[in-house]
Amino acid sequence: MFEADLTAEADRQFAVCNACRYCEGFCAVFGAAELRTAIGDGDVAYLANLCHDCRMCFDACMFTPPHEFAMNIPALLSEARVQVYERYSRPQAFARMFRAPGWAAGSVTLGSIVVVTLLIAFGMGAAELWTAHLGPGAFYRVIPYLAMVLPALALAAYGIVVLVSGARSYATDIRSSAGDRFVSLRSIGTALRDALTLVYLRGGGEGCYDVKRGSPWRRLFHMLVFWGVLADFGATICAAVLQDVMGYLPPYPLWSIPVVLGTLGGVAIVVGAAGLLALKGRSDAKPTSARMIAMDYAFLAMLELVALTGLALLAFRSTPAMGTLLAIHLGSIAALFITAPYSKFVHFIYRTIALVKNASEQQGT
Amino acid sequence: MDVTVCGGGNAALCAAIAARRAGASVVMLERAPAYARGGNTRHTRDIRLAHDAPNAAATGSYAEAELLDDLLRVTAGETNRPLAELTIRESQALASWMTEQGVRWQKPLKGTLHLARTNGFFLGGGKNLVNTYYDMAERLGVRVLYETAVTGLELRGRTARAIVCERAGTVEAIPCDAVIVAAGGFEADLAWLKEYWGEAAGQFRIRGTAYNTGLALKAMYEAGAKRIGDPRGLHCVAVDARAPQFDGGIVTRIDAIPFGIAVDAKGARFYDEGEELWPKRYAIWGKLIAALPGQAAYAIFDSKAIGGFIPSVYRPLRAPSIEELALALGLEPAALARTVGAFNDAVRPGGSFEPGSLDDCRTEGLAIPKSHWARRIDAPPYYGYPLRPGVTFTYLGVEVDAEARVIDTDGRGFDNIFAAGECMAGNILSRGYLAGFGLTIGSVFGRVAGESAAAYVRG
Repeated sequence: MFEADLTAEADRQFAVCNACRYCEGFCAVFGAAELRTAIGDGDVAYLANLCHDCRMCFDACMFTPPHEFAMNIPALLSEARVQVYERYSRPQAFARMFRAPGWAAGSVTLGSIVVVTLLIAFGMGAAELWTAHLGPGAFYRVIPYLAMVLPALALAAYGIVVLVSGARSYATDIRSSAGDRFVSLRSIGTALRDALTLVYLRGGGEGCYDVKRGSPWRRLFHMLVFWGVLADFGATICAAVLQDVMGYLPPYPLWSIPVVLGTLGGVAIVVGAAGLLALKGRSDAKPTSARMIAMDYAFLAMLELVALTGLALLAFRSTPAMGTLLAIHLGSIAALFITAPYSKFVHFIYRTIALVKNASEQQGT
Repeated sequence: MDVTVCGGGNAALCAAIAARRAGASVVMLERAPAYARGGNTRHTRDIRLAHDAPNAAATGSYAEAELLDDLLRVTAGETNRPLAELTIRESQALASWMTEQGVRWQKPLKGTLHLARTNGFFLGGGKNLVNTYYDMAERLGVRVLYETAVTGLELRGRTARAIVCERAGTVEAIPCDAVIVAAGGFEADLAWLKEYWGEAAGQFRIRGTAYNTGLALKAMYEAGAKRIGDPRGLHCVAVDARAPQFDGGIVTRIDAIPFGIAVDAKGARFYDEGEELWPKRYAIWGKLIAALPGQAAYAIFDSKAIGGFIPSVYRPLRAPSIEELALALGLEPAALARTVGAFNDAVRPGGSFEPGSLDDCRTEGLAIPKSHWARRIDAPPYYGYPLRPGVTFTYLGVEVDAEARVIDTDGRGFDNIFAAGECMAGNILSRGYLAGFGLTIGSVFGRVAGESAAAYVRG
């Protein structure tokens, strides 16, 4: 199931871990591995996503290269995660985007921006791209409301179908046995707590990888990105309520709920994603896989683009630049939606399911 | 005013940090390259600490008197009492001192609950501890020279003036105002071990770093330091024969012996596998195997035992019959079958197997009994581990006083030579094994040596 004999290598490395156990305090991976005397494909898929890539076990391990045991659990598991993301995404033809994430992100983004711009130019007239629009409904004079909302809803629905189907297959494959029903209210509750607190980015207290030793920065930056995305989603919902329930058309005043929430979210994403990018660039690349790093860079760059163009749109919405900025912003959002099921975006699905499984089996022990 | 620390493990780091905090400028000479730094501390995971109330490191209370009792029991009373009491008294302060240096604590690891009260487990094990200390040392301004082997001490009278060391193929003398030797034992020098153990030492696996060849210990002897400890004294456990010659650490040790039987190269049993609870008697098997012909033994058990013990990094050999297992292990099939048959016949029926306590499963009528956990070996597949002695540390060292000052053969202290860690632990732990106590001695005497050396250089 995994390429390059990853399962056999995981079986070999976890035999070292299970005989040692010193890393038990860092995260849930090692406690979970101890419940398994032999590691199979499903175990690799499970442990890979239980790993939150803090890399503390690599620094702490006395058996890393050049020791003959050649231990490198974070690199092994990040490579396995890449393969899990690819395997559980449908259709497999699109899942090839995982193979060249930078290329996929770049070309889809560029393509989407071009398509949106051309649609405006031919549908509404090219002049709309550099004409100032003011007052209620300004944005819709560049792109009509339905032309904006319907494609977004369609792409979101498509993404959800792909993710749910992948999640179901994954949850089936990581069962310990055919009768293993690890999804319960209790296990979901524990998993959500673990996910929302990002407890496994704490590295047992050491934090996550940084220039030298562990630091709390990665967890903080990840928090910013997560809550930033959620705030922007919330801002969109608020805007929909203002418009469709209360009848106010955008643009909304600076101190309105959608704008404040959206701005906070946008700034959080810009700062958080930049921080995560910087940490990746500054840290040791040995305990990770090149494919995962490429995927991380691509996804974080797309988030940065969406957040920055969103903030730029806010800043220049009363100027003639609004039309062009709107085209770029909507194009980059479309690209984020299109690539979502085939990018690092999917990581939270598999991590959360792995956390549910972990909660269940730890409650059982 | 320079304090030079020879070594790069726990005792050396505690000494360097303590000397620096006491105002001295400090240089550490670590023989290993940076990636392998830390000596045997890399392979440790817990430290024994006396405490009157639960703290960040350990649960319950572990009175000084109880720790002293434990020490006197394992050493059969052979300890330098004032130094032992100093170590135990000062261990009270270690948990908070270590926390101040950035060390974090974790719950006892699975399978080590019996140590939760007496020992503190530092997060991530010994290499993480070492990394934390190096971070702190560097932040305080301690200079670290890697790949620098200390080979001699230049003396004027009773005062060390310079340290002779080998760096990048050249020999140089580094002037010093005070020197702390904390460079471990000599267990990685097989030729030195052979002086006391003969050719048997060639079969030993050294569980710790390959850099503990005792160069600095030898340098102290050449400078006139007084030897203490049995030169043949070493702590060793049963490890898998497939373990690497050096640095296999904890993962090659074999915990399976009480779950079956142990036989020698002739396929015969040689010791009561059920004598005592495993953690206590774990340490005897290395010595027993070292005394066997070829230093080879084999742990034999059946499928009932699987899951009962902590697995080792190597999978046991497996076969459908005892004879085939014997062939796989390189033993005489008929001999092993005879031994297992006789053992099975001697197992008293009706016992209830309790691996956590001294149960009532035992043999009857054997010259070498199995006093507890004796179950018939009759449920295929059968399993076997090939065993060798795995050396953890040596007891040979130099005598020190309560200031960690090294004593010479005339019984007088050197002015400015101090020692800490494995090279002086034999003053206190002369023999036997007390889990996590080597680190206690290293940490306490590292701090003492650092403060003594700093006081000396300040005048």
